[in-house]
Amino acid sequence: MSGEALVATGLSHGFAGVPVLDGIDLTVPRGGVLAILGPSGAGKTTLLAILGGLLAPDAGHVERPFERPAFVFQDPLLLPWRTARGNVAFALTGRRLSRAERLGRARSMLVKVGLGQDEAGRYPHQLSGGMRKRVALARALAVEPDLMLLDEAFSALDVGLAREMQRLVRLDAQERGVTVVLVTHDLSEAVRLADELVVLSGRPAHVACRVAIGRPSRLRDDAFVEAEIRRLAASEAIRDAFRPTLSG
Amino acid sequence: MAGRFWRRFFSGERRWAALGILAVLALWEAGHRVYGDFVLPSPLATLTALGRLTLDGDLGPAILTTTRDALSGFLVATLIGSLLGGLAGRSTPLRAMLQPVATMLIGVPAIAWVVLSLLWFGGSGLAATFSVAVAVGPLVFAAATQGTRTVDGGLRMMARSFRVPLHVRLADVYLPHVLSYLLPALGAALAMSWKVAVMAELLSGAGGIGDGLAAARAEVDTARTMAWVVVVVALLLIVERLVIEPVRRYFETWRRGLPGEAP
Repeated sequence: MSGEALVATGLSHGFAGVPVLDGIDLTVPRGGVLAILGPSGAGKTTLLAILGGLLAPDAGHVERPFERPAFVFQDPLLLPWRTARGNVAFALTGRRLSRAERLGRARSMLVKVGLGQDEAGRYPHQLSGGMRKRVALARALAVEPDLMLLDEAFSALDVGLAREMQRLVRLDAQERGVTVVLVTHDLSEAVRLADELVVLSGRPAHVACRVAIGRPSRLRDDAFVEAEIRRLAASEAIRDAFRPTLSG
Repeated sequence: MAGRFWRRFFSGERRWAALGILAVLALWEAGHRVYGDFVLPSPLATLTALGRLTLDGDLGPAILTTTRDALSGFLVATLIGSLLGGLAGRSTPLRAMLQPVATMLIGVPAIAWVVLSLLWFGGSGLAATFSVAVAVGPLVFAAATQGTRTVDGGLRMMARSFRVPLHVRLADVYLPHVLSYLLPALGAALAMSWKVAVMAELLSGAGGIGDGLAAARAEVDTARTMAWVVVVVALLLIVERLVIEPVRRYFETWRRGLPGEAP
């Protein structure tokens, strides 16, 4: 399977001498969806940055046989001087596309995330927080990625919209066989989207437990998701992992 | 027709600007009535002196020379200042090395640069260009450094994550941010360029408005002196309105509607 999967072995990393990650091993098969869970400050974002190649780990190795990675960051990180359309098109500047093609693709991608002609021409400061988040998602989808890295991508959206965007990512991933790694603190989001859950815990963080979700994601209805969440919440390992934040 | 044009022209902010200028003219006239022709010639006498300068054919060449001196120095300062400033903003060792040098250069009085450059370059036009460049360059450098240094790290990471080519990153991530620091500094630098150029010309005697000022002073002709001053101010305003302001507006359309900005 080597060369066909995102494989991380023995990842360790620290900031200014403080260790954050300690010996993390992960494998995400091509087309698979992995959710990284854990209490805030557990190093989830750092791990995602290393998996995406934005950060070199202090130790360990990542095999990344992908050509078009795309990020949705925790902050939307939009260029304030570009319109929503310009921001989406910006991600395509490395491609052999004409300006008109780039803008055309940006427009249709914005429509997919529910932003029309009017919003497409607005600057980020003229959009609401949820709209900015959707622009960031459209920007990631526009590059037709083969690897998607989502960092709390749906957290600023209201429930209905979050579900809608999750569906969009899931369909896109299934249609084109995109490999997805998502960081979240929302168990239901993880259960809805992922094939495998990895829970980080401790300081420095290690993998506290791994859970596979058997049923294919398109067959997961609300009842299944609820039952699965109850099952996970009952698990000792997951409760332990989240305990530090619960106690303060 | 004409009445409507002027009414539109002097509406809103322009009306207040015109009022401000009128107030200065009124004060000037009042000062003239109190102190007399020798100390403060009236606005009308200044205008007459200006007309005489035009008729004698002194005005055109002087404006050309001063414009050349000021703009050539300004251009050199802008190119070198923003290039070095941009690099210093991205490289800590370079910044640590260049910043004290820039501070030192800013500390040298402009008139000292004029005297030095006259000693080095003699009465050639180069003296004025050099004085302007060296007096103004550090200002541009400081603004470019600060602008480049404060480019949002998140945006840089985002651009890198989408593998955006370097030239696009420079144009779309760096430039708009750096310009918000650089353009106000360039406005101030341009104003200073005219002042230093006139100063250098005054001492070098190689033509230009400064040379005209020196001649007017030698002949104790206050009206002519005032006329030259009016010319410098007018030039400065014209360049500011015709070049700096439109450039600033072009690059900052996106700011409209931001808190604290005009809608």
